[in-house]
Amino acid sequence: MTTDTLENTEHHEEHHAQPSGIKRWLYTTNHKDIGTLYLWFSFIMLLVGGGLAMIIRAELFQPGLQIVEPDFFNQLTTTHGLIMVFGAIMPAFTGFANWMIPMMIGAPDMALPRMNNWSFWILPFAFSILIGSFFMESGAPNFGWTFYAPLSTTYSNGSTAFFVFAVHIMGISSIMGAINVIVTIMNMRAPGMTYMKMPLFVWTFFITAYLLIAVMPVLAGVVTMVLTDTYFGTSFFNAAGGGDPVMFQHIFWFFGHPEVYIMILPAFGIVSTIIPAFARKKLFGYSSMVYATASIALLSFIVWAHHMFTTGMPLFGELFFMYCTMLIAVPTGVKVFNWVATMWRGSMSFEIPMLFSIAFVILFTIGGFSGLMLALTPVDFQYHDTYFVVAHFHYVLVTGSLFSIFAGTYYWLPKWTGHMYNQTLAQWHFWCSIISVNLLFFPMHFLGLAGMPRRIPDYALQFADFNKWVSIGGFAFGLSQLLFLAVVIKCIRSGEKAADKPWDGAEGLEWTVASPAPYHTFSTPPAIKDE
Amino acid sequence: MTSDKPTPQSHTTTVKKLMFVVVGMFAFGFALVPLYDVFCDITGLNGKTNDEAVAYTADGIDTSRTVTVQFITHNAKQIPWKFKPLIQQIKVHPGEQKVVKFYAKNQATQAIVGQAVPSVSPGIAAGYFQKIECFCFERQPLQADEEVEMALQFYVDVDLPKDISTLTLSYTLYDISEKIASL
Amino acid sequence: MRGRNRIWLLLVSLFSNAAWSDSQLNLTKGVTAISNEVYDLHMLVLYICTAIGVIVFGVMFWSIIFHRKSKGAKPADFHESTKIEILWTAIPVVILIAMAIPATSTLIAMEDNSDSDITIQVTGSQWKWHYKYFDQDIEFYSVLSTPREQYENHNGEPATRSEHYLIEVDKPLVIPVNKKVRFLLTSDDVIHSWWVPAFAVKQDANPGFINEAWAKVDKPGIYRGQCAELCGKDHGFMPVVVEVKSEEDYQQWLKEQQQLIADAANAEQASLSASMSKEELMQLGESTYLAHCAACHQPTGLGIPPAFPALKGSPIATTGSIEEHIDIVFNGKAGTGMQGYGKQLSLKEIAAVVTFERNAWGNDTGDLVQSADVKAASGE
Repeated sequence: MTTDTLENTEHHEEHHAQPSGIKRWLYTTNHKDIGTLYLWFSFIMLLVGGGLAMIIRAELFQPGLQIVEPDFFNQLTTTHGLIMVFGAIMPAFTGFANWMIPMMIGAPDMALPRMNNWSFWILPFAFSILIGSFFMESGAPNFGWTFYAPLSTTYSNGSTAFFVFAVHIMGISSIMGAINVIVTIMNMRAPGMTYMKMPLFVWTFFITAYLLIAVMPVLAGVVTMVLTDTYFGTSFFNAAGGGDPVMFQHIFWFFGHPEVYIMILPAFGIVSTIIPAFARKKLFGYSSMVYATASIALLSFIVWAHHMFTTGMPLFGELFFMYCTMLIAVPTGVKVFNWVATMWRGSMSFEIPMLFSIAFVILFTIGGFSGLMLALTPVDFQYHDTYFVVAHFHYVLVTGSLFSIFAGTYYWLPKWTGHMYNQTLAQWHFWCSIISVNLLFFPMHFLGLAGMPRRIPDYALQFADFNKWVSIGGFAFGLSQLLFLAVVIKCIRSGEKAADKPWDGAEGLEWTVASPAPYHTFSTPPAIKDE
Repeated sequence: MTSDKPTPQSHTTTVKKLMFVVVGMFAFGFALVPLYDVFCDITGLNGKTNDEAVAYTADGIDTSRTVTVQFITHNAKQIPWKFKPLIQQIKVHPGEQKVVKFYAKNQATQAIVGQAVPSVSPGIAAGYFQKIECFCFERQPLQADEEVEMALQFYVDVDLPKDISTLTLSYTLYDISEKIASL
Repeated sequence: MRGRNRIWLLLVSLFSNAAWSDSQLNLTKGVTAISNEVYDLHMLVLYICTAIGVIVFGVMFWSIIFHRKSKGAKPADFHESTKIEILWTAIPVVILIAMAIPATSTLIAMEDNSDSDITIQVTGSQWKWHYKYFDQDIEFYSVLSTPREQYENHNGEPATRSEHYLIEVDKPLVIPVNKKVRFLLTSDDVIHSWWVPAFAVKQDANPGFINEAWAKVDKPGIYRGQCAELCGKDHGFMPVVVEVKSEEDYQQWLKEQQQLIADAANAEQASLSASMSKEELMQLGESTYLAHCAACHQPTGLGIPPAFPALKGSPIATTGSIEEHIDIVFNGKAGTGMQGYGKQLSLKEIAAVVTFERNAWGNDTGDLVQSADVKAASGE
């Protein structure tokens, strides 16, 4: 029954008349359209969140309060965090999942296309509420993206209801997206594609989706408790009524730590796809990569309290969480070693996706090292809540997750648009980003070690010099992303025609269809060859 | 090659299972609240003590050890009471019953209901600090200018870990008048 | 040309900043045995990570340089090796154990709160610290002492800043050297975190619960830290300053404090019968207002609504009864961020600040409030 799928997809007849204009995007159930929507949405959020970050950096450029009031500063840091986590990184990965998973497993679409449409279209509402709260009387949330009680409950500025409502919608969207990914992967793989034959990319999204359905409901639970504590007189986190504010942190981080891996596991998948393509050598240790990903995901459920060493935990609790956290270094190390081994004795070339992937490996590993340092409880007492932590998670999330998103975008852009991107402009984007991002985040390590707490609008004089550098790096990094926008727009509009498989070392079903990928692909499942 | 083209039914089954996980995890988030209390009881996390009276059950007094028990009080914001322990610290043998008194006076011009919330440090000792009778088990309504002496009867369990020689009991006093009024 | 000059000026100012040499790169070594252990541990992990980094990135750059297509490298065929994968799982485990051993022993030492010489209750509150010496009558608030005009420079030239800008307080915590000092931490409102880098002590102050930490300082001196947990608007403006004194100096200081308490009680008594003029009240009221009230209600009296209401033209400070106004200042207002200042300010200061609020910014009620009125209204 397997005929040539390539032919098949190209001449696929249209089942229904396709609406045009805004209606096409509003009503679409096509996985590629929805993937595109997710990606554009996340890029807009990246710019919004980045804009907020640049106001923060402008305020911190020199000592003193010049631009914003402290309370507004807290609103900026809070919404920056929320937008980047829930608006930029997570939807970008969902966009990749939508675009690539059906094409990689040889499925015609996602399993639940109508739900897919919903899970995207509720997102803009969530973020409109969140961003809109800036313009309300209460102001935007100002209690940090971690919304620790009682700052977010009894002492909130009145924005808690908007915040909770927005987070609920984001959560529902993520859960629907995750269910869709799982059902698609479980039920719609092309015949012959066993689990252990799936591309690692698919594996990482599969595991991430499980993490999402496991912890997003817990987040929904904890924001609900915050809501009822604030407005309905419950005392989950209020000591006066028999509650405990530290319990908030336990429940929050039970969600929060797996959430961290939700934002990095897909990045592993993207990088594990790109490095073999440009080393022209198979990924080293495919099965150990799968097991490493799964064990990172499992370990993420028993390390949450390493975010709370200073809350006053009994000694054995501190020891337990320290040891578990250190263990995570093992599977993460395996991954890094495997990437290096994949490059070893390969035949490497350095196109933009590869450059971003190599930058990812190096800079993510630096973030991993600082993570290991943070895991050691006694030293964490010094690092905790300082710029060292800020440096750590930005290395992991910006030069980690975001760089993998850039790498993936450059890698699949020819498939998405049918054009090659502009080399020169892309080179500029890469080099500007890599230099400015390190200027932005590396000195934060020094600031943190020297004792600068995070989330402060003004600082003592000994922190002034590094903050100046950090701010300059921040503006440069922010502006560099406009180059990315230019590359993408140029690539959509024009550019050298891309071959079906523009990268000679690339592997996977997505390269067997035309470029740009036809609206419907794999209506008939492709044949998976046995190796 | 078998054509196992997915049917809508198989999707529905999978979705149902996953929804079950989602609902279960949402419930689990709330189940963490009682679980946390159990966890605290076992580990002494945060120094939570028993919030109901216990019967005196110690078998014998360990006169070979002396433990210092310190009392501190703390008024949460906005409760205009005088609240203090009448003695600041006391030496006890594990297993020995003691009664200490706390003094409270409402200095406001209206009646206020107070609630004292106990916390023990080091947290690990909390499970060994047994309250037979405590004013903190109940709300404390005081009229304007009313004053009261409140009793705490306790003993320290003989099994208290050997390395603990001092433990501190802190009471934070909260104004819960509004909470009660809104019930 | 002018544009280019400006860029040069900026660059020059970046590099030649006089304070540049003060910038600290590494963790504070500190002045306690624990902080030294923590520092050593930090350096150990830093060296290990650097070594691993050099090896891994070294291998990677080797292949980047030598195994490139442009050099005609042909890809090898291997893609797994159980032996090597077991090896690079096992080696990290060994390294981790090597790190965990010293970390565990330091942690056990840190958590040993027993046998302290002095106990101090530390209470965080938005946005200041309160210290109370257990078993002594000494207690006081410790508030940021950097004047507002040094950091509020939205328009105009920045003021010259003091040396310890934002990390200086009106009354530092004083502790003796070489004594094990135990800190019992709690909070009045939200979670704060009491941090002194030189002691390697950072512990959260949770409302309703107490937490412990301790330090035994080797060297007299002044040590500075900050609140480390986001606690609202002025989180960046609640520093921690600890002055460590020799045993004799400490005893001397204790005596002075007892004397100060006695003097204050006398002054309080005296102020009850004294009557202050409007000028005196307004003057004292303004300085008190700027130190304690302006953070929220703003120097202009306009506040930051809705969280921090305006006092200018507010019914409480104009048409409302004086008793009610005093009550709010003295006892705070339930359900809001307004805390009671009865414990923190003298009767005279409260009288002055109420007078000030009722007469400043065009609230010209003409009301004068004396210490005796405050005493009567507060029910003290």
